[in-house]
Amino acid sequence: MSALDEPGLAADTADAGVDVRRVRRQRRAELISAALHSKTFVVGMAIVVFWLFSALTWRWVVTNPQAVDPGATLASPSADHWFGTDNLGRDVFARVIAGAAPVLTIAPLATLLGLFGGITVGLVTGYYRGWTDDVFSRVVDALLAFPLIIMAVLVLASLGRSPRNVILVIGIIFTPLIARTVRSAVLVEREGEYVAAARLRGERGPRIMVVEILPNITAPILVEGTIRLGYAIFAASTLAFLGLGIQDPSPDWGLAIANGQAYLQVAWWMVVFPAAALATLVVGVNLIADGLRRAIEE
Amino acid sequence: MARYLLRRLGLTLITLILVSFAVFAAAEVLPGDVGRTILGPYASQQQVDQLNHQLGTDETLVRRYVTWAGNFVRGDWGESPIQRVEVRPLVLDRLKNSLILGAFALVLIVPFSIALGVFAALHYGKALDRIISISGLSFVALPEFVVGVVVIVVFAVQLGWFPTTSQVPSADPVDIVRQCLLPCIPLMFVLFGYISRMARAGTMQALRSNYTRTAVLKGLPQRYVIVRHVLRNALLPTITVVSVQVGYLVGGLVVVEKLFNYPGIGLLILNAALGHDLPVLEASVLMIALIYTVSNLVADVLAALLNPRVRLAT
Amino acid sequence: MSTTERRQAVRIESLTVAYRRRGRLLRVLDDVSFSIGAGEAYGLVGESGCGKTTVAMSLMRYLPENAVVESGRVMFGEDDVLTASESTLRTWRGERMAMVYQDPGTALNPSIRVGEQIAEVYRFHKGMGKAEAIAAAMQMLTTVQISAPERIVRRYPHELSGGQQQRIMFAMSLATDPDLLVLDEPTTGLDATVEAEVLDLVEQLRTQFDASILFVSHNLGIVARMCERVGVLYAGRLIEEGPAAELFHEPRHPYTLGLLRCMPRMGMRKDADRLDPIPGSLPPIGAEIAGCVYADRCPIARDRCRAEPPPIVPVGEGHGARCFYHEEVPAIPPLTRPPDDAPAAVAGDGLLLKVDDLVKAYGSGGNQVTAVAGVDVEVGRGEVLGLVGESGSGKTSLAKCLVGLLDPSGGSIEFDSVDVTSGRRNREARRKLQMVFQNPDNALNPSHSVRTILRRSLELLAGVRGKDRQDEEMNDLARSVRLEPRHLDVRPSALSGGLKQRVAIARSFAGSPSLILCDEPTSALDVSVQAAILNLLVDLQRREGVSYVFISHDLAVVRYVADRIAVMYLGQIVDVGPADAVFEPPHHPYTEALLSAIPTLDPDAKVRMKLHGTLPSPSDPPSGCRFHTRCPRFLGDVCVNEEPPWQSTADGERYRCHIEPGELARLQADQEAPEHPTAP
Repeated sequence: MSALDEPGLAADTADAGVDVRRVRRQRRAELISAALHSKTFVVGMAIVVFWLFSALTWRWVVTNPQAVDPGATLASPSADHWFGTDNLGRDVFARVIAGAAPVLTIAPLATLLGLFGGITVGLVTGYYRGWTDDVFSRVVDALLAFPLIIMAVLVLASLGRSPRNVILVIGIIFTPLIARTVRSAVLVEREGEYVAAARLRGERGPRIMVVEILPNITAPILVEGTIRLGYAIFAASTLAFLGLGIQDPSPDWGLAIANGQAYLQVAWWMVVFPAAALATLVVGVNLIADGLRRAIEE
Repeated sequence: MARYLLRRLGLTLITLILVSFAVFAAAEVLPGDVGRTILGPYASQQQVDQLNHQLGTDETLVRRYVTWAGNFVRGDWGESPIQRVEVRPLVLDRLKNSLILGAFALVLIVPFSIALGVFAALHYGKALDRIISISGLSFVALPEFVVGVVVIVVFAVQLGWFPTTSQVPSADPVDIVRQCLLPCIPLMFVLFGYISRMARAGTMQALRSNYTRTAVLKGLPQRYVIVRHVLRNALLPTITVVSVQVGYLVGGLVVVEKLFNYPGIGLLILNAALGHDLPVLEASVLMIALIYTVSNLVADVLAALLNPRVRLAT
Repeated sequence: MSTTERRQAVRIESLTVAYRRRGRLLRVLDDVSFSIGAGEAYGLVGESGCGKTTVAMSLMRYLPENAVVESGRVMFGEDDVLTASESTLRTWRGERMAMVYQDPGTALNPSIRVGEQIAEVYRFHKGMGKAEAIAAAMQMLTTVQISAPERIVRRYPHELSGGQQQRIMFAMSLATDPDLLVLDEPTTGLDATVEAEVLDLVEQLRTQFDASILFVSHNLGIVARMCERVGVLYAGRLIEEGPAAELFHEPRHPYTLGLLRCMPRMGMRKDADRLDPIPGSLPPIGAEIAGCVYADRCPIARDRCRAEPPPIVPVGEGHGARCFYHEEVPAIPPLTRPPDDAPAAVAGDGLLLKVDDLVKAYGSGGNQVTAVAGVDVEVGRGEVLGLVGESGSGKTSLAKCLVGLLDPSGGSIEFDSVDVTSGRRNREARRKLQMVFQNPDNALNPSHSVRTILRRSLELLAGVRGKDRQDEEMNDLARSVRLEPRHLDVRPSALSGGLKQRVAIARSFAGSPSLILCDEPTSALDVSVQAAILNLLVDLQRREGVSYVFISHDLAVVRYVADRIAVMYLGQIVDVGPADAVFEPPHHPYTEALLSAIPTLDPDAKVRMKLHGTLPSPSDPPSGCRFHTRCPRFLGDVCVNEEPPWQSTADGERYRCHIEPGELARLQADQEAPEHPTAP
């Protein structure tokens, strides 16, 4: 968009005389540097890396999050318990750090599941069009008519509440949503002359989808995946809060907030610290998505 | 235009039928043995079978669906086997309560979000634009219960300005604000994020379009260019976005109503799902889908009416 | 009128503009100076990326956000546009200076009636009330020759054709009788006949208004016809400037000369003349060049040219060239040798492709559009069939049916004595019938290397297995299209447009085809590159003995490469025959109109024949002869009611018309072409 009125700028300006390998390497470097130049991306990355690190290493970093100190229930923040203790006398700081683990297990797995399903469905419906596509569009419309949370509530109440089911539900709900993004990217690409050229030399549909089209739509898929990861964290913790996801005694943040709700009047630290942790994580993921989108669009 | 309307109406109907089937399937197929769920593990198999027969759950799925859908359309929504009350008045009453909350949030936040989104686009790249964009981006990511508990801690517990739980407000405006404002804040955060971003994107696109260039190069005053040439084309897509948010809103209501213990349809759905109160669950979810699809239909028709390309198409 | 004595209306003084991109400044205009006299039309020509549009936008001071004016002034009378206050600028825009640009479809606001959009100018610059302004707008519509203005003012832009939309733009720009009119590629993207109409309009408006005109175009023919003086831009520098006629007949800069020589001119034939391409390609935008920007491609460049930038050297009355050795320019010999005398491959005789009553319809019910409505066509072995038609003529749909990308709705296609009507073809048929696409940026998969692209074609089409054998064949293939080995290991984005198209051509030749469909293969390329690609296609065709179906909107290009030509109108072939015969009278009136629409460098071209009205929709084609609504040789009821018969001429041409060859030849020998008899 920067080259608003100069078509030549938007077009490829590389010249055969230039060392082509250098050009290619330079482009990749430019994309990375564009992302790193974006403050939102760097800040988001820092936050997410911090929580990933916590999720992986809390065992060796903090005290046992399940350890009960009966003498200090609902203790306010102090030098001993930086974030205070909960109603059972468990250290809130240790639980907040350890609480990154469940959500950062469930959300990425759910996102991967959704990406796998979404890319498959999106490629097939976008490439072949026809009746599969019509049916798909109707199903997505119908699905969108349910708020995601209600859908999850319905299914989890029936299937039973376990982390595995949370992953399944979120992944399955994501499938058509991601498929929609993939499909619209495929619809653009399939009209490309390079796809026609592949058909003319006799390539089969599946190969065209995977080898010809897929590599050219990785950018929107990457952005979509990051955005969905943010939603998955949002959804997984909301389900935990509603009592439909992960169960006690997990240090999960959503669960911790649900438990702390009863003690709001006396122990605000039970909810405020997990809330802050969750807020930073989801905002961090969204900042990364925004930084990526900008870097790719530039 | 008439053709467009007809087509759109037909699609809405198909969607609704699909939804009703999905609701029914999700509610009735998945739980397995309904009678067992209701009576618990200690009831005898005979009691369970009897209850299942009473509830009609031992019939084939298709027949049950047809019976249920037929009754629903005729206004017979059945009785809740758990709460022992008629479903229809219960659902409609709770729906009304939720609509109060949802309408309150929409009325407050939609004009504000659009204004800020347009403002940000007009000041593209400046500090205020960055602040509006980044806060929108962050707000949209925050789960409602996270914002909710924080506002409760601050405004209800620490400052004591509002109650920690909300009741259905009376007609008194003060009471409406007192009961609705806190639960609406988490919803407004998310709505602000979505709507302001769309308004900003739409305005930017219109600002960069060739027709805006034409208008500027005609020497028209800036204000006039923005009001007459930019905004109309820019805000058309925002209408659709707002209507899609109605669907989100209901999901958000589940969380907020649970947090504030507000007797709305979200809480009803949650409790019905947890307690396997199938008639209540099915009816409420279907009502939500109905509201969502109808609001989408209205938005699309509205957008079409404002867009001469669609309006004049035969 | 002597141009030099005229009062200067606009003066651009050493304008230097750069675009900021990823923290770097890329210079797109470097020290550009020229002036436009009052009432004069000044043409600015150059290939894409040379900075033409930036000059035009600088004049209006409407540059993109990332543009930086490093130095220079744009003097409009006594005032500098670049430093004027916002409010002054607003008064000037629309009142004293106005602009019309490419793509009128997006230039008009889609949700405001066009009458109102014109009226706005009157309301804000002339202080008129709404009703008065609308009345003035209607008056203006009459001036730009729009019929029924009272109906048109109430229309929205999408209800108008491209030509009408552009007329609205002209009405809007001329509403205030401005001193300066900037036209930025005003006809690019319009069909040839519509383009001709718009150019006629501009010429005619010049007699009524006395605005100075800056006419920006990549098309030398148009500029030669419309402008008194011309400036040539190359890589952001004005390299030559002078009176149009003199500059085009006696260019004094090697680039201008090269540009003129590389264009196929009407009447050039592949067997007699060879195109003279400019070697190399344009420098990348923002490249820092120490000496002359053209030195790398220049046949007479020496060390001095690479060391210091040449100044503008006066070479004649108002004529200057940025070249140290401009005296040598007229003597530069053509680069290329005459056409290959090597014996052409024996193509054999007989029919290769036979298309019978081919129909392709889209949609269904009331929405059905018949893009191809019963086409019979034949291509012989080793023959090049040129396919000509405007947008909506169905030539692309026909092409896609031929190669099997679309399934025809009716009729049959026989290729090499095998029926290939359905899109499902065996390997043999695919190998022998390939395609070269229009847009080289899009025709090569951006994520695959050139090597992967060619290897896959060798494997699937030629059945070459094994890496060593593939590499061997690939080297041969690359050499045949003059690609160097270093080009094989990169992705297409690292190649220039011309090189990309070479890869695409190599790909189509991988399986030793017998017919290649070339769909506008050079229309996305710069003229300086086009010649090299055309030469390559002609050489390959000779050497391999293949046949081409060559689609192009550029009649000079088609004439150059084609042995036979078919002209399509609204899904039907209306004129077909040997290339020379089709281009000479008698020919179908539509062919006549297409030919007369070509803007040429030739100053004594004959009066243009005008087409009436707009192209009918293919979903509802006219009865009888499909061309009767626009035909300048319209006879009357017979054309409306009866489908015209095929007529055959003595030189082997066949056309579909009610007028017999003898009569038509007599009519078309006249210089004066009539308007449509029913035109108002």
